[in-house]
Amino acid sequence: MSGPSTYEPNSAIERWLDTRLPIIRFSADLLGYPTPRNLNYWWTFGGILSFCLVVQIVTGIILAMHYDPSGAGAFISVEQHIMRDVNYGWMIRGLHATGASMFFVAVYLHILRGIYYGSFKAPREVLWLLGCVIYVLMMATAFMGYVLPWGQMSFWGAKVITNLLGAFPLVGKTITTLLWGGYSVDDPTLNRFFSLHYLLPFVIAAVVALHIWALHVPGNNNPTGVNVKSKTDTVAFHPYYTVKDAFAVGLFMILFAVFVFYLPDALGKVDNAIPANPLVTPAHIVPEWYLLPFYAILRAIPDKLMGVLALGGSIAMLFVLPWLDRSEVRSMRYRPTARIYFFIWIVSAMILGWCGSQEPDGQILHGVAGPVLIDYDINTVTWLSRVAAIYYFVYFLIITPLLGLRETPLPVPDSIYTPVLSHPAAPPLAAAAAPQAKA
Amino acid sequence: MAESLVQTAPDPGRRDFIYIVTAAAAVGGVAAVAWPLIDQMNPAADTLALASLEYDLSKVALGQEVTIAWRKQPVFIRHRTPKEIAAAVADDHASMKDPATDASRTKPGHEQWLILLASCTHLGCVPTFAQGEYGGWLCPCHGSIYDTSGRIRKGPAPKNLYLPDYTFLSDSKVKIG
Repeated sequence: MSGPSTYEPNSAIERWLDTRLPIIRFSADLLGYPTPRNLNYWWTFGGILSFCLVVQIVTGIILAMHYDPSGAGAFISVEQHIMRDVNYGWMIRGLHATGASMFFVAVYLHILRGIYYGSFKAPREVLWLLGCVIYVLMMATAFMGYVLPWGQMSFWGAKVITNLLGAFPLVGKTITTLLWGGYSVDDPTLNRFFSLHYLLPFVIAAVVALHIWALHVPGNNNPTGVNVKSKTDTVAFHPYYTVKDAFAVGLFMILFAVFVFYLPDALGKVDNAIPANPLVTPAHIVPEWYLLPFYAILRAIPDKLMGVLALGGSIAMLFVLPWLDRSEVRSMRYRPTARIYFFIWIVSAMILGWCGSQEPDGQILHGVAGPVLIDYDINTVTWLSRVAAIYYFVYFLIITPLLGLRETPLPVPDSIYTPVLSHPAAPPLAAAAAPQAKA
Repeated sequence: MAESLVQTAPDPGRRDFIYIVTAAAAVGGVAAVAWPLIDQMNPAADTLALASLEYDLSKVALGQEVTIAWRKQPVFIRHRTPKEIAAAVADDHASMKDPATDASRTKPGHEQWLILLASCTHLGCVPTFAQGEYGGWLCPCHGSIYDTSGRIRKGPAPKNLYLPDYTFLSDSKVKIG
């Protein structure tokens, strides 16, 4: 994948196979892949995410053997058949449902790591874009999977999300009908969502292969953001990072198991234990936690089409980030100003997540009535989400491009192995240090 | 030598024509196969066959509302009180996102019957009655507020609650669809 191969076939059979299907060479080069020696635990989420994808595919294929994708049978096949009657069905379903949340925990940390250490910058833009594509595919897959148990939240979530596409002028209505296969969300919708929910994980796996390919061409970024300059900067992927990743996966499995075995319903909504009823919407409808920030952005805007565009735009920000951040320095370890705005951005996304879980007219400070601005009291969830959403966009569209031009970064080390060997507690603070060009 | 090469070289106009015909045939072929693969997603004939529904209004008391399923969509049949009708008529010329008079949303002589598609025009949730500041419906999903005529007054929904096609067969019987 990257650079000339270092594999030497040692036996006659290896030499024979190597000229016919060089699969041993391919695997040997993958294991020997030179990796920066200073990767910290934030770099283990690639391995953790691969683990998550395998768990979801294996448990999902098993669940499909016991699931009935019909409006009349779906709820019973999940809540009664799988959860009570199928041997270990409760555990396999628990792994699959909790696994979705775990997958998103890992992918969010993986994305935040990429932003913090500038892993999206040249020459890794394609790697980053493929990652964004995987994230969008994950959201689509998770959404369709959530519909399958055909509870109240499943049904109404499906209705709200498919109606989002109806906001587009001219084509909106046609697209929604095409998705529904009827006048509304109904049996045909459930059937096609099941089919697509089974398909998309394999599409994700294919894009993951491209993501890894695109990783192996420029090689890993690292916490200093400095390019690999010599062999002293790298170690072989195996055994150094196979072992480190395996240890991290072990820790992650503990967290995973705590949810599966002790808190199986902590991440779900009680309304989904009620069979789907097309005539009654639950009093308080919310998506799963991992979609809440986007949901809050959608609700914050009092216009249907603009709300949908803002929701799409908030995800699109990730795609264009490599062209918004013009800073020469990759890692925020050497960008103290950028770091502050980045942490505020994380807080704004979390506030949006909290707002998404609340009623739109819920009060922030209980019992305090503020002035009404435009349509809502300023002491409401709606206005808090508006403020947080504005920061969310301002961070990407104004702060990030300006910082790249105006901030003064700290001095960047000459190479990866210099700070590893000298281990300074903090990089030396040089006043008005010029950003060092990366070779 | 050069002369013979010129003679055997293919006529460029003829070669271009073959390219264009091949490409056009390929595009046409792909489109012809793609359309059935897309159109199968649209509602099937048996789904479309769910046509009309008759409902006996004598079952709905004054001030009561029933939600019935028509083409698998929820429909509100609301027996409005004189107070609700008066409130709706009084607001006929108030500032609204989707202006409509109360009379245009009911049938003449049957002003007490308000028959609406019970899907919020924002994202399709079923609104709840007697909530929100206009005495009408409040959508639990994103806080759209409708008045006693089902007109959008506040929140993200762009349109008034839609009216299905219906006719009164008699004073106590309505046919929807």
